[in-house]
Amino acid sequence: MEQRKKVLVIGVIGADVHAVGNKILYHAFTEAGFEVINLGVMVAQEEYIAAAIESNADAIVVSSLYGQGELDCRGLREKCDEAGLKGIPLVVGGNIVIGKQKFEDVERRFKDMGFDRAFPPGTAPETTIEALRELLHMDGETA
Amino acid sequence: MKPVLLIDFGSTYTKLTAVDVESETLLGTAAAFTTIQTDINDGLTEGLKKLKAKIGPVDFAETYACSSAAGGLRMVTSGLVPELTGEAARLASLGAGAKVVGVYAFQLTEDDLEDIREAKPDIFLLVGGTDGGNTECILHNAKMLAQMKPEFPIVIAGNRTAARQCQRILDGCEVYVCPNVMPKFGVLNAEPTQKQIREIFLTRIIQAKGLSKATELLSDIMMPTPSAVLAAMKLLADGCEGESGIGELVAVDVGGATTDIYSIAEGMPDHMNTVYKGLPEPYAKRTVEGDIGMRYSIQGIVDAAGMDKICRLSGLTEERVTELVEDLKVNTDKVPNGDDDLEKLDFALASGAVAEAVARHAGTISETYTMLGQTFVQEGKNLTKVKQIVVTGGSLIHTRQTEKIAAHALYDPAHPESLRPKEAGVWVDRTYILAAMGLLSLHYPQTALRIIKKELEYYGHSE
Ligand code: B12
Repeated sequence: MEQRKKVLVIGVIGADVHAVGNKILYHAFTEAGFEVINLGVMVAQEEYIAAAIESNADAIVVSSLYGQGELDCRGLREKCDEAGLKGIPLVVGGNIVIGKQKFEDVERRFKDMGFDRAFPPGTAPETTIEALRELLHMDGETA
Repeated sequence: MKPVLLIDFGSTYTKLTAVDVESETLLGTAAAFTTIQTDINDGLTEGLKKLKAKIGPVDFAETYACSSAAGGLRMVTSGLVPELTGEAARLASLGAGAKVVGVYAFQLTEDDLEDIREAKPDIFLLVGGTDGGNTECILHNAKMLAQMKPEFPIVIAGNRTAARQCQRILDGCEVYVCPNVMPKFGVLNAEPTQKQIREIFLTRIIQAKGLSKATELLSDIMMPTPSAVLAAMKLLADGCEGESGIGELVAVDVGGATTDIYSIAEGMPDHMNTVYKGLPEPYAKRTVEGDIGMRYSIQGIVDAAGMDKICRLSGLTEERVTELVEDLKVNTDKVPNGDDDLEKLDFALASGAVAEAVARHAGTISETYTMLGQTFVQEGKNLTKVKQIVVTGGSLIHTRQTEKIAAHALYDPAHPESLRPKEAGVWVDRTYILAAMGLLSLHYPQTALRIIKKELEYYGHSE
């Protein structure tokens, strides 16, 4: 039997319209063998959750580029718990905060919010894919 | 001459339409009153007598029928997330011509089972999960349904991974398995399920509703009336080989108890700066407003439109409107018949009904301001560019102000968020032939389309 592909729900959170990186990630993840549900830009927390429930997603990948990521991401973990998506991996990347801040601090704040991983600006798609494989225990598998 | 008879078994009237498919003409129409008490076959006999009195003796080569008698096709649906497979199940059922009497999402509870039993559905549509997605919910719901030993057939059209297991859980029940109504996130695949629903309707429901004697007459097709109207609307919009359509359209059918709206249109955003959100809606979409109707649901219109608007449109005082409305609630078969006040009130009610029902059917647009400036978010269908409105249904075709009433389906500057047609020509189905032509179109699309174009009255553009 064909093995089920790992399912990722991706999208750019909040009122953020930066569309280019999202399209690149969609193609890169699909190429790497993931099944990708792309919600596009301006995605509300509820939309990630609804899509993840229906598709039984393995992880939610949040992008934020315009600097308001911290505000937009707040409460997502709690809503996932509420919706029965207990323990679903949440990762975030892009330009998740404004200006130059020490990334360890930023990372800690996002982890406190319940994100499994947070990535600094300029993280390449390959690095992202590698991290997702590790997070989803896919060693050796082609997704 | 090759005469074909088309029958529409309604809950109050049996309507007959005779056409000659060779000369592509309407031979005549007739209607006979039926009630829940009278045998539906009596209505047919009576109607045939009337029809033949009008058009002379004919031997029909073929006979087709649709029905909304005895409450129509009652369906209950269950999905997973309300906005996703929950909504997909609802839209699929409406598109199949059903009257949706219950919509559930997530896991069914014991209380839900009670309500479902009471709703007495003709068919239950069980969905949930995209293919390869969530199986837990649909399996749970299958178990719950099995527990209530349902007497109604169940159509399973959810996550394909779980379909067979659901079927086994429901062993002993009448079960049909169809492809997922939402196989992938945001993709609707309703047709196979709708086809299955119509087949069940044909075999099972007709027998249950005392139509079997009438069906001995029929050549083959029997479908729910709204589904026949939808077929006619699609044909009129898209055209067929050898005959062009009139393009994207919106159709309104204001009845005594409910109001049906149809749109045959893509409806996607027409600007680069507009983002679409939510489930993409079907190209041929039908919605039903159960609380909007000229008699049984008269209060719903007043509530939705507001007393002020009804008074303004009718030119009557609030006291007079209230008095008439209370009367019509009881005397549901009353028609204006020359009564001036009643005519004015019906005009206001119909206008209010059209405005509200089309607004609920159409999509919406909202602005959000980002640091960059404006961006727009669209949900549902954008019908602003639709150029044709079709009007059918007793309450509208009998009034003289049909185009004025139809204009209430249009874009309203006071509600710019509602994406209704900006300007449109109005077509009126005065002879009430749309359902019949929908039936005819299954075998004679060209003929059906030519007759529709000939019979519908066209009124120029409204803005
Ligand atoms: C093009 C652009 C725009 C365009 C976007 C057009 C469109 N529809 O896509 C427009 C003009 C609309 C725009 C508007 C704004 N922008 Co702008 N924009 C840019 C710009 C120049 C390029 C973005 C881009 O496409 N990059 C190319 C793609 C491939 O890269 P990417 O988006 O970063 O995505 C990659 C990575 O981030 C990563 N990634 C993304 N998501 C995730 C998720 C995970 C988990 C991981 C691991 C990695 C990852 O992978 C992606 C693929 O390689 C950047 C500056 C820059 N050079 O990045 C600013 C930038 C993003 N914008 C910025 C700002 C502030 C804005 C505005 C708020 C105001 C403004 N200055 O105009 C508005 C916001 C509008 C809104 N509501 O979203 C800032 C953000 C500052 C911050 N976060 O601290 C930036 C960084 C410019 C700057 N240096 O000030 N912008």
